[in-house]
Amino acid sequence: MAETLRLEVVTPSRRVLESRASEVRVPGVLGELGVLPGHTPLLTSLGTGEVSWIDGDTTGRLVVQGGFAEIQPDTVTVLASIAETVDEIDVETARTTLAEAQEKLKTVDADDFDEVDNLVRLAEARISAAAGGGA
Amino acid sequence: MPNTRDLVRRIQSVKGTQQITKAMKMVAAAKLRRAQTAISEAKPWAETLSKVLANVAARTEFSHPLLEDHEGERTWVVVVSSDKGLCGSFNTNIVRAVEKDLLADRWPDVELAVVGKKASDYFRSRRWNLVVEDRETMSAPTAEAGPRLGKRFVEAFTSGEVDSVWLVYNSFVNMIRQDIIVDRLLPIEPPAVADEDQDDSQVDYLYEPDARALLAELLPRHVETQVQRAIFDSAAAEQASRMTSMDAATRNAGDMIDALTLLYNRTRQAAITKELIEIVSGAQALEG
Repeated sequence: MAETLRLEVVTPSRRVLESRASEVRVPGVLGELGVLPGHTPLLTSLGTGEVSWIDGDTTGRLVVQGGFAEIQPDTVTVLASIAETVDEIDVETARTTLAEAQEKLKTVDADDFDEVDNLVRLAEARISAAAGGGA
Repeated sequence: MPNTRDLVRRIQSVKGTQQITKAMKMVAAAKLRRAQTAISEAKPWAETLSKVLANVAARTEFSHPLLEDHEGERTWVVVVSSDKGLCGSFNTNIVRAVEKDLLADRWPDVELAVVGKKASDYFRSRRWNLVVEDRETMSAPTAEAGPRLGKRFVEAFTSGEVDSVWLVYNSFVNMIRQDIIVDRLLPIEPPAVADEDQDDSQVDYLYEPDARALLAELLPRHVETQVQRAIFDSAAAEQASRMTSMDAATRNAGDMIDALTLLYNRTRQAAITKELIEIVSGAQALEG
């Protein structure tokens, strides 16, 4: 069994991350998944949230929304619709989007609810990731 | 003999054209680099997605509307061309290829979906009914084009509006070669598992939420990715084609300038010689 996992995060327009990791956390649609080396093969849809990983003494975080994660015993492949590193997050914009989206959430009809709800979640994930994560 | 002033004017005009073609070649080179970066950046996603899809396909007995053959013959052919001209035989090639297949009745009941102004103009002028017409994307292709068009095709396919969708585009091979690719987009043929991944294909995945729901998300994504790849590939091929044809045009202009300069010099010399002869013979006539 491999000692570490190979973690790869790609979006339709670029490869965001390729790294080794001893532990990875992934925001699945049904809740957060912790992945250690030797995990059984698993395929999940992604919700909105943080992908975080531990590699030796360093840790890292990414905000992702939508897409899939494929987990093999020695690799984790995250295919995200949106993926942002902590450096790329603009907290101010996220806060304004959050406020606007929350406002909209009160009046929106059922058809558009998911869309606006996604905006809220994404903004929340961005803010919490930028603030140091773990929320 | 043409007069020298006309020749000078013509030389100047050809020089002006040469400067334009040279600039266009340079712009095309820069755009080609950008198009190639776009391709290589989109590659990991496309490859991983088709790997995952292949793995799922090899492990599960699944069915999904996007995988099923329809009974009917109604076909959409998606033609990817360019918005701008001056790129050699790029658009002619693609239009010819499509027309050849159309005339050969490859698709008995066919309608066209065109991306790019050039193909759209061509088929419009031949009174084709264009089910999808995109005249903006190809000038500056972005990553949202694939999903936008892909969704449209998936919708048409699942609603039973169409029974199969084909994709025809120029693929960038190298600077002087673009190959025309004719691919079936829908129904989806699941990609085959790569040899290196074969050994672990015995183990089934755990699926969250479940295989059906995942497949329902994966397959439309796969279609969108295919369309996106065709658009990026075609954009790179277009710039390569433009670059080579503008390079040829610049060289032709150079040849023309050389020929005209030679003619100009000859004309000038002939005029001088004629004048000299006139003077000399005039002097001789006085002496005699």
